Amino acid sequence: MSVTVHKDVVCTFCGALCDDLEMHVENNRVVEVKNVCSIGRSKALHGDNDKPECRAGGGPAALEQAYDAAAQILSRARSPLVYGFSSTVAEANRVGVELAEILRGGLDNCSSYCHGPGVLARQHVGLPTCTLGEAKNRADLVVFWGANPMESHMRHFSRYSVQARGMYTPQGRRDRKVVVVDVRPTPSSKTADLFFQVTPGSDYEIATVLRALVLELPLPSLADGSMVGGVPLAEWRKLVELIKGCKYGIVFFGIGLTQSQGKDLNVEQLIRLVSDCNRYTRFYAMPMRGHANVNGNNQVFVWQTGYPLAISFNRGYPRFNPGEFSVIDMLNRGDVDAALIVATDPAAHLPHTAVEALKKIPTIVLDPVNSLTTEWADVVIPVATSGLSAEGTYYRMDNVPIRLRKILDCEWPSDLEVLQNIKERVLHAENY
Amino acid sequence: MASKKGFLITVRTARQGAAMEKGKFSAEYIAETTSLTLSPRDYQELALTEGCHVRIRSDSGQALVTCRSAEGPDGVFFLPLGPTANTLIGEQTYGTGVPSYKGFPVELETAEL
Repeated sequence: MSVTVHKDVVCTFCGALCDDLEMHVENNRVVEVKNVCSIGRSKALHGDNDKPECRAGGGPAALEQAYDAAAQILSRARSPLVYGFSSTVAEANRVGVELAEILRGGLDNCSSYCHGPGVLARQHVGLPTCTLGEAKNRADLVVFWGANPMESHMRHFSRYSVQARGMYTPQGRRDRKVVVVDVRPTPSSKTADLFFQVTPGSDYEIATVLRALVLELPLPSLADGSMVGGVPLAEWRKLVELIKGCKYGIVFFGIGLTQSQGKDLNVEQLIRLVSDCNRYTRFYAMPMRGHANVNGNNQVFVWQTGYPLAISFNRGYPRFNPGEFSVIDMLNRGDVDAALIVATDPAAHLPHTAVEALKKIPTIVLDPVNSLTTEWADVVIPVATSGLSAEGTYYRMDNVPIRLRKILDCEWPSDLEVLQNIKERVLHAENY
Repeated sequence: MASKKGFLITVRTARQGAAMEKGKFSAEYIAETTSLTLSPRDYQELALTEGCHVRIRSDSGQALVTCRSAEGPDGVFFLPLGPTANTLIGEQTYGTGVPSYKGFPVELETAEL
């Protein structure tokens, strides 16, 4: 069997969506990947190989039977939850939203427990932001705060932010100052010009003091030798000098901010700091989105409902309330009596109390590979893998939509096709 | 039996990411998501050895993990995200939808298997 080489394939692991991969396909399997990080390679080599068994009613099922069982469970539920979507295409997200509305159910996505607080912060104070292309071409000061891209977004440095050579940064790394703010030394911090090892949970305090320093406000309670977040005030003054002296700065923030004490308030204060910096120079902020299309979830949910996450249709129109309609809160309170899970693995990613709640209710899961959730879900529908055996649109962390191609054939339908089939059946729920 | 109180921070690691994509039933994924990192001083204080087991307890649950030492703050422990870390995470989201994945109190206790 000959090998077909596909160039400029999009990696679908993280929000950096590297779109220059070279995949070698033989006998309908990816056998080699070039221009890729270790995680992307693992995803490309294994992402379409371990399909779960199609299951319904306690045993193996044909697809049509699984569709019927899913529609029956959802139609009979009084408070169903439609959840997930971070690893599927925007087009499937759209049908998922439609289905949640028809069902008058809850609707949430994986940003609910990762970058959700950053999304909430954006609603309060906006977000001065740019594209990764601008960062590559212009940024001469790059700050990573609560993020460790060398382990989570491995090619971010080389493609966009640190070593990348751009129009106004022709020497790449040598044209940039790199700063890392984190609670421990990491592979990312070891590459930085300046590393601030801060006390866990002190992000809000640090951003507040930095704002005062940037704006040259008095800090009467802080003597010159004071420590802020475990770092001497004098060191923070050096960072402010760097900020004011740069031509184009950007801070990439990670879940070190959104999942630590303060959560949305940390990000809100960081964004305010970035806004303040714009009085002196150009400065931007960007979340280091994790799952490849978790940003697309927020995008599609907002187009369709007006809200990015934590939505309820139980009154027939969308309502938004994080903490009330968020997936973890809904499950922990026992507010859900059936769940449709798409393109995520809650048994691996949610706190155990939420997983236990999910196990008690009828659960339908669409997944391209065997997962900890497909182990026990009541209805399991295998699907094609987005970006390998299904096409569609993902949104990169900088809100740029990237088209995914289909390079493998798959005997199973895409998430989009499955959701459309379930939706059609739910619309004719009198049949059940 | 030695014990130590501190705070747990869940993290991403390259090995956790690659192993997760290989498969969540793979030995690599299980090994990485049950591997706790402590500062050299904490590691010494508990008289740990490479790969030895420690029981970690939070208000929400407990788990058995292996230990390794790496540069970092004392009293703060790091565990890759995954089903083991999830047994320790509490329900409370403080109105944000996000429970405390980072910086919640735990206690370590050396364990004999």
